Amino acid sequence: MGRYVIRRLLQMIPVFIGTTFIIFAMVHALGDPVAALFGDKAPDPAVAAQIRQQLGLNDPLIVQYGNYMKGIFTGDLGTTFSGQPVTELLKTAYPTTLKLTLVAFTFEVIIGIGLGVISGMRRGKLADTGVMVMTLIVISIPTFVIGYVLQYLFGVKWGIADATVPEGAPIQSLILPGIVLASVSLAYVARLTRTTIAENSKADYVRTAVAKGLPRRRVVTHHLLRNSLIPVITFLGTDLGALMGGALVTERIFNIHGVGYYLYQGILRQNTPTVVGFVTVLVIVFLLANLLVDLLYAVLDPRIRYA
Amino acid sequence: MRGATQAKFAAGAIAIALAATACSSSSSSSSGSGSNANGVVTAWWGDPQNPLIPTDTNEVNGGAVLNMIFDGLQHYNPKTGVAELANAQSITTTDQQHFTITLKPGWKFSDGTPVTAHSYVDAWNWGAYLPHAQNNTDPFFTSIQGYDAVHPASGSATAQTMSGLKVVNDTTFTVALTQKFSLWPDTLGYSAFYPLPQSFFTNQAAWEAHPVGNGPYVIKSWTKGTGMQLTPNSTYSGNYKPKNGGINLKVYTDPNAAYADLQAGNLDIDNGLSNTALKTVQSDLNGRYLNQPAGINQTVAFPLYDPAWNTAGAKLVREGISMAIDRPTITKVIFQSTRTPATDWTSPVLGAEGGYSSTLCGDVCTYNPTKAKQLIQQGGGIPHGQMTISYNADGPHKEWVDAVCNSINNALGNTNACVGKPVGTFADFRNQIQNKQMTSAFRTGWQMDYPLIQDFLQPIFYTNAASNDSHYSNPQFDSMVNQANAASSKSAAVSDFQNAEKLLVTDLPSIPLWYQNGTVGWSSKVSNVSLDVFSVPVYTDITVNK
Repeated sequence: MGRYVIRRLLQMIPVFIGTTFIIFAMVHALGDPVAALFGDKAPDPAVAAQIRQQLGLNDPLIVQYGNYMKGIFTGDLGTTFSGQPVTELLKTAYPTTLKLTLVAFTFEVIIGIGLGVISGMRRGKLADTGVMVMTLIVISIPTFVIGYVLQYLFGVKWGIADATVPEGAPIQSLILPGIVLASVSLAYVARLTRTTIAENSKADYVRTAVAKGLPRRRVVTHHLLRNSLIPVITFLGTDLGALMGGALVTERIFNIHGVGYYLYQGILRQNTPTVVGFVTVLVIVFLLANLLVDLLYAVLDPRIRYA
Repeated sequence: MRGATQAKFAAGAIAIALAATACSSSSSSSSGSGSNANGVVTAWWGDPQNPLIPTDTNEVNGGAVLNMIFDGLQHYNPKTGVAELANAQSITTTDQQHFTITLKPGWKFSDGTPVTAHSYVDAWNWGAYLPHAQNNTDPFFTSIQGYDAVHPASGSATAQTMSGLKVVNDTTFTVALTQKFSLWPDTLGYSAFYPLPQSFFTNQAAWEAHPVGNGPYVIKSWTKGTGMQLTPNSTYSGNYKPKNGGINLKVYTDPNAAYADLQAGNLDIDNGLSNTALKTVQSDLNGRYLNQPAGINQTVAFPLYDPAWNTAGAKLVREGISMAIDRPTITKVIFQSTRTPATDWTSPVLGAEGGYSSTLCGDVCTYNPTKAKQLIQQGGGIPHGQMTISYNADGPHKEWVDAVCNSINNALGNTNACVGKPVGTFADFRNQIQNKQMTSAFRTGWQMDYPLIQDFLQPIFYTNAASNDSHYSNPQFDSMVNQANAASSKSAAVSDFQNAEKLLVTDLPSIPLWYQNGTVGWSSKVSNVSLDVFSVPVYTDITVNK
């Protein structure tokens, strides 16, 4: 197990270098960031040359990348054009997005799996049909529509919730954005859980458990659910990263100053350090979430062993 | 947890009830109901792109703050746009080239240090010095003698200060320009000319983290990327003292989020209304909405460096294209009348006295599809067979570009004559323009730096000027601009500039489309909201209802 984890961690190094380089090159391909600094006016060539020199934009791409990596290992992720260190942005943005993601993730797990179990156990009944129709509707409506509609109803019309998230992003104001962010994944989780529950409820081990006279509750939680959750957990693991990266739309609707906001602004202003810094952390989150999922398999299914 | 939430609901209900009563009392007794001088106004904001140094800020978000924390030699009257003396006691000249500026005594920065002639001269020298790489120096300092030495077009600077600036004593300094520029004193209200305190030069990083100025407000706190709180400056000596207890600027990433907050009562001033919001804003806000012309115009420019566009025939084609655009319908349908069809290359904010004309472009800017088709055919058809209008896709341009193209296509009876051509980001779009990669039309817009006809013509159409994106060059136009700059009176200068502008009607390096209006919506908690000629809310005038 320990060796497995170490091997997986070592595998992250080439992935990390590869992704940072690709992102670095891609932001570069967007064009010259200096022109964007001048608004609607043509840049003064002398000033533009001066800024390029100060930012080291005249070096070949590979040298710039090398300088950037050198900075990373000394904890310097570069600065924005307004002179703010990217590490400072990361420190303000990631806790906010993490909070939002956890709220969304909680909804996704509790409501998604809950609905999936109910409809899987009562296949063909009214509850099942209801869940299937509801999830289909949620999946087919784009997230931003759900977001704006809920924001208008709850925030503006009825005034029950905050229309946008205030400074500091307190948890209670993140409930509405959390539901919006979780909505589509939640529907998928419900459908996935339903299918596996429906399949496994006919399996021999479930019949045996029932025949042993175990209470229904125990059969469902200990025997049926434990085996049915493996594909669901795979989905949830990858989705945790996707939620953090995909919060961009939700963050814009509810004015949350998280990862999506800084990433979007970094792209608009073509600030390479901002974009690369944020994406790099996202990549690490993805990698760790995947590792966690793989380790969870072993916990859930004793047949899976990592040597 | 539950208790807390319920308490919050109760508080919310009380707040709504209070707001409702406040609303009714103010409407019954109009504006005379009095205001709360300590009330704080919450206003829409965006994250500034650059450090808040006057010579480095050229976008609206940073500009809004600079105008609150600084007051320069001149101040543009928020209603008329006319430059009025602020920190300057007098600005005199005998030859339109050498100016003597005297300061009013007793002005202080908010840190208590006095504003002296050095505060101005040092700030300008610092900003113009090339190694400081300030991006707001051209055209503001270019006209001062010695600018070439501190800011050469290539190579490194040979001096640290401009020879044209001389401090006479603490309250007087002189400025020598490279050539005559009759309207120069009127440019001094612009933010690039603001003074800087000694603390900026001793510890720039500390100053940038907490900028100190001499204006009506001081920065109380600033959480970068989230918001800024400003309170009235007790040491301010100018005429624009705040009538409220402070401004709370809140950063929004999406205009629709700000609008939702405005409707929910969490935001008082929203001058970032989106096109979607504008459709319903009148009824949503019960008329608490203002829509007035701003010093911004939109044009479609042509790449005159492309030989196909630089022929006598292409000139007729451009005239035809201009006549094929149905401006009144597009401004009404697409922009909810927040644009006004253009009749010249300036803006109505200048007024007839300042050089605006409602007839200058005449027939060329009037919709006439029959004549348009005829002119385009006469000119040999559209160069390269098809016209594209490039625009940056990260801005709100797709709708009107498509509408303009439709209008042209309808006039020509050809669904493929004109198509929109989106470019991913604004930066990339600017790069293509600067690298002369345009092969067909592209959108251009101009937001004035100061309310002068000079600013609408010289930077855009003078040979090799900073924003001459079409690379238009006409010696006759250049000499007329020079003549205007040497004129001894303002009225003579304005009429000379108008004569130069008339050349644009025949040459058509760009087609005027419309003037942009400034819009602002506000909550029932505030009154006396207005926009200045730059479409920025006049923050100092806003009052909070009792």
